[in-house]
Amino acid sequence: MSELILPKDIAQRPSGLVAMLQHARYVLRDNVVTGFAFALFVLILLAALIGPYVVPLDPLASDTAAALKPPSASHWFGTDQLGRDVFSRVIVATRLDLFIAVASVALVFLMGGLAGVAAGYFGGWTDRIVGRIADTIMAFPLFVLAMGIVAALGNTVQNIIIATAIVNFPLYARVARAEANVRREAGFVLAARLSGNGDMRILLGHILPNIMPIMVVQMSLTMGYAILNAAGLSFIGLGVRPPTAEWGIMVADGAAFMVSGEWWIAFFPGAALMVAVFCFNLLGDGLRDIVDPQRRT
Amino acid sequence: MTALPLLDIRDLTVEFSTRRGTVRAVEHVDIAIGKGETVGIVGESGSGKSVTSYAAMRILDRAGRIAEGSVTFTGIDVRKASESDMRALRGREMSMIFQNPRAALNPIRKVGRQIVDVLRQHAQADASQLADKAIEILEQVRIARPRERYHAYPFELSGGMCQRVVIALALACRPQLLIADEPTTGLDVTTQKTVMELIVELTRQRGMSTILITHDLGLAATYCDRIVVMEKGRVVESDAAKTVFTAPSHPYTRKLMRATPRPGATLRELLPEDAPLSAAAPAAPNRNGSHDGPLLVVEKLVKEYPRKGSNALGKLFGRSPPTEPETFRAVDGISFSINRGESVGLVGESGCGKSTTSTMVMRLIDQTDGAIVFNGEDIGAIPAKQFARLPQRKRIQMVFQDPTDSLNPRFTAARAIADPILRLGDIKGRNAVRARCEDLARRVELPIDLLDRFPHQLSGGQKARVGIARAIALDPDLVILDEPTAALDVSVQAVVLNLLQELKESLGMSYLFVSHDLNVVRLLCDRVIVMQSGRIVEQGPTEQVLFAPAADYTRELLTAIPHPSFHA
Repeated sequence: MSELILPKDIAQRPSGLVAMLQHARYVLRDNVVTGFAFALFVLILLAALIGPYVVPLDPLASDTAAALKPPSASHWFGTDQLGRDVFSRVIVATRLDLFIAVASVALVFLMGGLAGVAAGYFGGWTDRIVGRIADTIMAFPLFVLAMGIVAALGNTVQNIIIATAIVNFPLYARVARAEANVRREAGFVLAARLSGNGDMRILLGHILPNIMPIMVVQMSLTMGYAILNAAGLSFIGLGVRPPTAEWGIMVADGAAFMVSGEWWIAFFPGAALMVAVFCFNLLGDGLRDIVDPQRRT
Repeated sequence: MTALPLLDIRDLTVEFSTRRGTVRAVEHVDIAIGKGETVGIVGESGSGKSVTSYAAMRILDRAGRIAEGSVTFTGIDVRKASESDMRALRGREMSMIFQNPRAALNPIRKVGRQIVDVLRQHAQADASQLADKAIEILEQVRIARPRERYHAYPFELSGGMCQRVVIALALACRPQLLIADEPTTGLDVTTQKTVMELIVELTRQRGMSTILITHDLGLAATYCDRIVVMEKGRVVESDAAKTVFTAPSHPYTRKLMRATPRPGATLRELLPEDAPLSAAAPAAPNRNGSHDGPLLVVEKLVKEYPRKGSNALGKLFGRSPPTEPETFRAVDGISFSINRGESVGLVGESGCGKSTTSTMVMRLIDQTDGAIVFNGEDIGAIPAKQFARLPQRKRIQMVFQDPTDSLNPRFTAARAIADPILRLGDIKGRNAVRARCEDLARRVELPIDLLDRFPHQLSGGQKARVGIARAIALDPDLVILDEPTAALDVSVQAVVLNLLQELKESLGMSYLFVSHDLNVVRLLCDRVIVMQSGRIVEQGPTEQVLFAPAADYTRELLTAIPHPSFHA
């Protein structure tokens, strides 16, 4: 680490990569947990990107002769009732689960974030409508609402994404609204208006970039919830269908074998789910500390 | 010095650990405060004056620590004392008044209860007498109807009243030492006068010692026995108030004295003697759409606001009987005009309607009634919402009060200056816009290499320059200056005021200068308009209004400006 310490005059205004490294080092020095979460995140990302190409066995290939084998050197996480390799399935499932989470968070950021910013900036009727939509969504138990949406729209990956996004809408709308609202009367917004900026340009060009750090934190925090939500839907059979490798389905498959002692079928996908949710929550907490040190606990 | 000083700060060095290493905020400071003495610590922002007093009370935040030296208070070593001993000292023996009275009060607790809390904390009275004692204290700080105000929440009181409550809190336990950290910043001059007189009177009565921390040398000289001048964490001068004020020995004190706007000094005289004359080339004054007569005529301008809480339920259900609308007139039928190339000062205390007037002229809000004729055209008839994209927008620009708040934190200086050019200007192309920004930066004397920095990387004065460059980017005819120097140190203020004057002369603009500070207005303005509760009480040439005021209110404002008088 010591090679990063630069002479003072350069350190005053470091540029580009050096500045980023320095900042990361400074941030991680006081946030070991965030560093750990970030490492975990890189691992999950790697599994999602190259996992399907490096797993030892085909996640869909069944081998009834080797069914229900406990973890061993040839099958690290054991095999399920059809003799499929649990390790390969857990790794391959990362891509699908992460994709659902990322897509739904991106979607809810577009819907909730923009609606919230508009509500906070314009106030009046825009605020009332966005506020009431958020209230309506929150009036339902969120998982039941997600179930209802998927059941009504159909059992596809897109619909899981949409349902997860809708369920998270109020969180985003409220955070964005509050942040935009305090900036509505800020001097730089008035100055932007004097410079001839229209409402849209002020909203997207001046206010939104200022609340992005807070929104990114929000995204990281809801990412874990989105993964859990998608897995939950699949677990109750309202989501991705077998034989696709997905953590939720795998837990559901393995649940029946828990009583008879074949614990590994449900345990490993469950553990993967836990690690992923844990990672995103820690990452979100860490990001919040960095973005807004005052809210640190 | 016969007796031991009450507070003895010796060779104090305070360090802050930051990500760029250890920073020394205060270095080898010696200050001794005797019993019953009032000492002013004067300095500009970053001089370490607040840190010194925080160290004395040992309330430095986590990053800061006393590295060297000693602080002795009534014989107790503050550095070595245990935290519980310090807690007992704070509030009972030494207490503090903070800058923003509203932030220092708990917003959801009645002010009387807050005083009771302090009394109870330090066991100053029997439980049965707590309320009576609190009312007595409120009475001592001259709060009218203390029995009623006991039950008031901070938001129901004015800024001056809140500061009185804070003083009441600080003095509740009859401490021996009061530290007042910029107690009147943000208050009107007339309120400042009453608050300062109250502090001085109460502390003298009780034989208390006071430390007054301020950036205003005039204020310190008026109310203090002794003045300590600090610069960059060091004490540069420490002497009797009269000596410091009339015959400052240190160059920094002299510079500070010089930069303070005062009667009889011209704008130029505020700058240090060796300051180079600006080499800004005079440009041809602009005469856009030349129209004879005044540039701006405001006639019978009115702005009404609905009173808060007036039948909100009725509005919700939409069927309340039509009652007389309860409105509040922020601006009550004012008329004035501004000629080309003229600077007009708009002066008044907070709540007098001067900012409302300027935002209406700016076309950021719609007026209730009246006309705003600019360049022969009634721009008051154009709704504020539509005005943003009209070509007239270019002709009226504004410099905001707070240079930090008025710059987008995520825009570089160059991007901020370029914003109006990109939206309304006729310069196209990246390089042309950049060249124009650099040209403007030169005009406002902002180093070109600072253009790519973000606001948090710039100093207050540099940010003010960016704000000015942005306002003049489109060669406006009228620039509204809304207390452009209120957030700046006096030496920076002097430079910025001079810059504004030079720009006006070289670009032929007119200024509407909104301010509460008559001394600053006098320097820059040809004419002055004095406003009080939404009406104009006096207007006329600057010299006449300031030296022979016709209205009582103007006279009151003038006498409230702290003037040390050492003739007595």
